[in-house]
Amino acid sequence: MSTAHRLTATGPSYADLAVHLRCHGPLPAADPAWIIEVVDRSGLTGRGGAAFPTGRKLRAVAGGSRRSGAPVVVANGCEGEPASSKDRTLLLKAPHLILDGIALAARAVGAQDMRLCVHEDQTDVIRTLRQALGERRAAGAPGADVEIVTVPDRYVASEESALVQLLNGGPALPLATPPRPFEKGVRGRPTLIDNVETLAHLALAVRHGADWFRSAGTPDAPGTALVTLGGAVAVPGVYEVELGLSGAELLAVAGGPVEPLRAVLCGGYFGAWLRSDRFAPARISARGLQNAGAAMGAGVFLALPATSCGLAETARVARYLAAQSAGQCGPCLNGLPALADALTGLAMRGDRKAATTIASLAPYVAGRGACRHPDGAVRLVTSALSEFGDDLRLHTSRGPCAGLRRAPILPVPAASSRVPERV
Amino acid sequence: MRKGKDSGPRLRVDPIACEGHGLCIEAFPEMVGRDPWGYPVLPADAIPPHLMRHAQRAVAVCPVLALRLTKT
Repeated sequence: MSTAHRLTATGPSYADLAVHLRCHGPLPAADPAWIIEVVDRSGLTGRGGAAFPTGRKLRAVAGGSRRSGAPVVVANGCEGEPASSKDRTLLLKAPHLILDGIALAARAVGAQDMRLCVHEDQTDVIRTLRQALGERRAAGAPGADVEIVTVPDRYVASEESALVQLLNGGPALPLATPPRPFEKGVRGRPTLIDNVETLAHLALAVRHGADWFRSAGTPDAPGTALVTLGGAVAVPGVYEVELGLSGAELLAVAGGPVEPLRAVLCGGYFGAWLRSDRFAPARISARGLQNAGAAMGAGVFLALPATSCGLAETARVARYLAAQSAGQCGPCLNGLPALADALTGLAMRGDRKAATTIASLAPYVAGRGACRHPDGAVRLVTSALSEFGDDLRLHTSRGPCAGLRRAPILPVPAASSRVPERV
Repeated sequence: MRKGKDSGPRLRVDPIACEGHGLCIEAFPEMVGRDPWGYPVLPADAIPPHLMRHAQRAVAVCPVLALRLTKT
């Protein structure tokens, strides 16, 4: 069990509508109740990070339409995770699968209004989508009227309530919830917000059925997923894998480690570190990684070499996450820089009080923002302290380690874009 | 920090609206704590009947209307 080719079946280059239809066949004429039923039974869960059951979300949005008008479907292709490139890859190679998924989801919930959100600086993605929509218009295929929406390139701008606020004419900043978007979102309508990969899976599940969908993966983690494998592996990149493989098998997909590893960052910057000996046997699925104390997130896995400093790497990311706070909620605005400062002090100067400071601040940050941004940052920082215990002792007894001299493994965008003023 | 088991009225804060004025903490110190930056830390548990007046007072003194009492 290793790589799979469902979403990636059309190969490594752009699949136009003709190639797409030859490979996957036409969209079935499924009725709404049947689509929801198949997605439910397939066990598909969201691939954007939250791993929420997609069928249940469809049902909630479809059910909400009786109260507040026709729903809206929003496909999220923003991929805020700096280390992730799976959504971008899918948008560039197989946009028709995503557009199929949007059209089917819209049919399932009774929506006419369909939007596809991408980051404004990804001009190649926007160009590709325009081309794909043009092909659909020419062929009279469903989903030709999906509207492309460009979103500012900032971490929290693609959080789902931030997308809703942007689509309602406001700034792309998270909102206090409730109401959740599925109750009251774009134009006050029930709004289905799904990651683009999720919608691509939905398009195939509806074509081929729930049993086919479940024929890959494991009973509690059915199907395949796109993953971004990076760091000290032979061939970094985006791969499609069957869920439920082990951590060791996952690294082998990218050609295996190129040097001994210290740990793997699972789930991206909202995720957690796992020491390499704990990562190797861990099951790659939302539940498997949760059981191991980490997270699947958006499927990012970054391998950290044994000679790197995990504390310094994490401190850099913590600093980035602090800068990416929308600055709306006090605990996030104040807490993330405080956590980043403490971790930086530990990594760079061997500050002995840092671990205590982090442990005492963390409960005041996690769960206290309008969105999950501070929760993710806290999880990352606290996982660094628990997984890099040896480093911690070394740093506090002998000062900064030799790992600081290595080039950083975790990518952090150079200049964080400015947060707009609140309106 | 968040979830208490028993049902009953609870204090909820809109974290975006809250500016950390801290008046709710002064009004209801029995159950509202202060975080390291001056923002209120709300009780996970339901407000017991004998402290309802204090909770209502905390809601009333918030200058930005960020605090409210919910039924369940």
